[in-house]
Amino acid sequence: MNIVVCIKQVPDSAQIRVHPVTNTIMRQGVPTIINPFDLFSIEEALRLKDQFGAKITVLTMGPKMAEQALRKTLTFGADEAILLTDRAFAGSDTLATSLTLATAITKINETKPIDIVFCGKQTIDGDTAQVGPGIAVRLGIQQLTYISKIVSIDLDAREIIVHRCVESGTQVLKTKLPCLITLFEGTNVIRFGTMTNAFRAARYKLIEWSATDSGISDVSQCGLRGSPTVVKKVFAPSARTDKTIFISGETPEIISQTLIDTLFSSYPSLQKDLFDISSQGVSK
Amino acid sequence: MTEKFDAIVVGAGPAGSAAAYVMAKAGLSVLQLERGEYPGSKNVQGAILYSDALERIIPEFRDEAPLERNIIEQRVWMLTDKSHVGFDFRSEEFNNDKPDRYSIIRAQFDRWFCNKVKQAGAMVICETLVKALIENEHGRVIGVTTDRDDGDVFADIVILADGVNSNLARVSGYRNELENKNTALVVKEMHFLRSDIIQNRFNINEKEGVAIEVVGTLTRGKIGMGFIYTNLEFISIGIGCMVGDFQKGGLTPYGLLDELKEHPSVKPLLISSEMKEYSAHLIPEGGYNAIPKIYGDGWMVVGDSAGLVNSIHREGSNMAMTSGQFAAETVIALKKEFKSFSEHNLARYKIALDNSYVIKDLKKYKRMPNFLHKNRHFFTLYPELISEAIATILRVDGIDKKSKGKQIIRSFRKGRGLFGLIADSIKFVRAIR
Repeated sequence: MNIVVCIKQVPDSAQIRVHPVTNTIMRQGVPTIINPFDLFSIEEALRLKDQFGAKITVLTMGPKMAEQALRKTLTFGADEAILLTDRAFAGSDTLATSLTLATAITKINETKPIDIVFCGKQTIDGDTAQVGPGIAVRLGIQQLTYISKIVSIDLDAREIIVHRCVESGTQVLKTKLPCLITLFEGTNVIRFGTMTNAFRAARYKLIEWSATDSGISDVSQCGLRGSPTVVKKVFAPSARTDKTIFISGETPEIISQTLIDTLFSSYPSLQKDLFDISSQGVSK
Repeated sequence: MTEKFDAIVVGAGPAGSAAAYVMAKAGLSVLQLERGEYPGSKNVQGAILYSDALERIIPEFRDEAPLERNIIEQRVWMLTDKSHVGFDFRSEEFNNDKPDRYSIIRAQFDRWFCNKVKQAGAMVICETLVKALIENEHGRVIGVTTDRDDGDVFADIVILADGVNSNLARVSGYRNELENKNTALVVKEMHFLRSDIIQNRFNINEKEGVAIEVVGTLTRGKIGMGFIYTNLEFISIGIGCMVGDFQKGGLTPYGLLDELKEHPSVKPLLISSEMKEYSAHLIPEGGYNAIPKIYGDGWMVVGDSAGLVNSIHREGSNMAMTSGQFAAETVIALKKEFKSFSEHNLARYKIALDNSYVIKDLKKYKRMPNFLHKNRHFFTLYPELISEAIATILRVDGIDKKSKGKQIIRSFRKGRGLFGLIADSIKFVRAIR
């Protein structure tokens, strides 16, 4: 199989700070990590490699420092790593990002046809969940999002069956390869790479592609120029002041009475609404 | 697949990176293994960097390293509950071209240092724990076993720079468990403030810094001290005492730190700051007498793992770097002479250390840990007596100065007794001689 995994290096949001005066995100000094949702995709790709044999190419668009993230995926056991890096890519929104990645994937596909493209469900810094589906649309392939399990792959029939998480339960979907998959969190646990892979990752000469290398003909569609999204305002929401009220009592009746009294005193309109509903009920 | 290097360095703190850097620069094949996610991720220090040791290894470090403030003023405070007696030294001399000490952030500094190691040609692999040393049938160390699958790696020499706990040296039977009377537990918090506010509060210019060391009743008779250091955008404040003293009960480490932060001399320095980070670490403070065996067939120990910390002068990372450098130079010299890394040949490393400030300074204070353990009133009684003496002299209350002098002498004699005072002076002089 030929698999491409798209990843993103993100600031560790657990350690991020918002500048108290300018309200901008302070990235300086904040450690960067592989977007945690991408790790599920990498592990799933590695499991397919264990099962079917596969070449896994990891792809990211970012500044030079994203090299660390790529190198780490090689430690896990990925085969190749490509860094799409160009000044023209700076300031990309999801539209421009998906274009850049899709173009590079098309180029990889020319050398050897791709069976599956994996993406993270979403990133922890942007949280849009748009890039994966965007790539699928641009490539014209099926998109399987929020996948909790790859049930089977029939390479001869070029079919894949998966479980997809939806709010009401699980969908069982079957589609044709090639396809794009984003994985639901908790599907698997990323492995700890072998020493051999750690050495390979340390020695690996990373592949770097500029906009031209990636096959992009019109750079005005990339980066800031190709990004219609505008950040109008960034602000830190003020902390919630509501406190949890603990309700206790001797008997269930007392507890429920206290609960209702507390609710009505906190939300006076609620009492009236409920009264209206109940009186309608009586009139019927 | 078997990988073999000239040298393996375990740990990417100052000692390990100094060793790896010097060897890689000399053209040796070096593998540096670090258990943390990145170099510096497991490390905690105040942190003040003394320039000299690093300058001898990387002369151009001032242009590249992430340095925060050039420390131009050192304050030593002896605290009682309500007052402090201070000794300040501030000098424009510290503002020369090559300042002598800086505040740093270890997480950033260690990363920078280890990047230099990579640039020098060494291979650095993080998130890899070295579980054990591999010995051949003659008991010579020939490599390490890591926690990764197919994780054995081989080398002619293994340098242990795995920090204060040095699990590796213990597992290998090269040293004993850390003793609680020789180990300090330090807790530290980073309090963020705008840099101009820090500069106003400490009476310094941009990029200038102050380091305050505090001793006294704040440790409640435990052997230890506190510190307050200025970084660019935060104040580091911490306190550490011997683990054995904490075991005996009393205030917890963070309890002591809370009291320090509430001290009337300290509190105004921290007002309106935001605590963003806290950490804790062990420091080997046993001094000269607690230094374990530092070399053997195919191995050497450097830095905190070797217990190379001068607790009296708060020096540690400089000694770590110097020991790393000496270990590396020993390896390079033996390679050049086509000599083996036998225990006999590696004795050169110890000789180099013995002849340097590292062991000379530790020897000078070798009686200090024992002295302090037996003379805890230096942390409780004396600060009170001295503070009271100064208050007496400064008080304008109609009593003549000669009577005040007598009053002070009486209070000292009452507090400690004439023989106690004489004995303390003799013991103190002996301990630092």
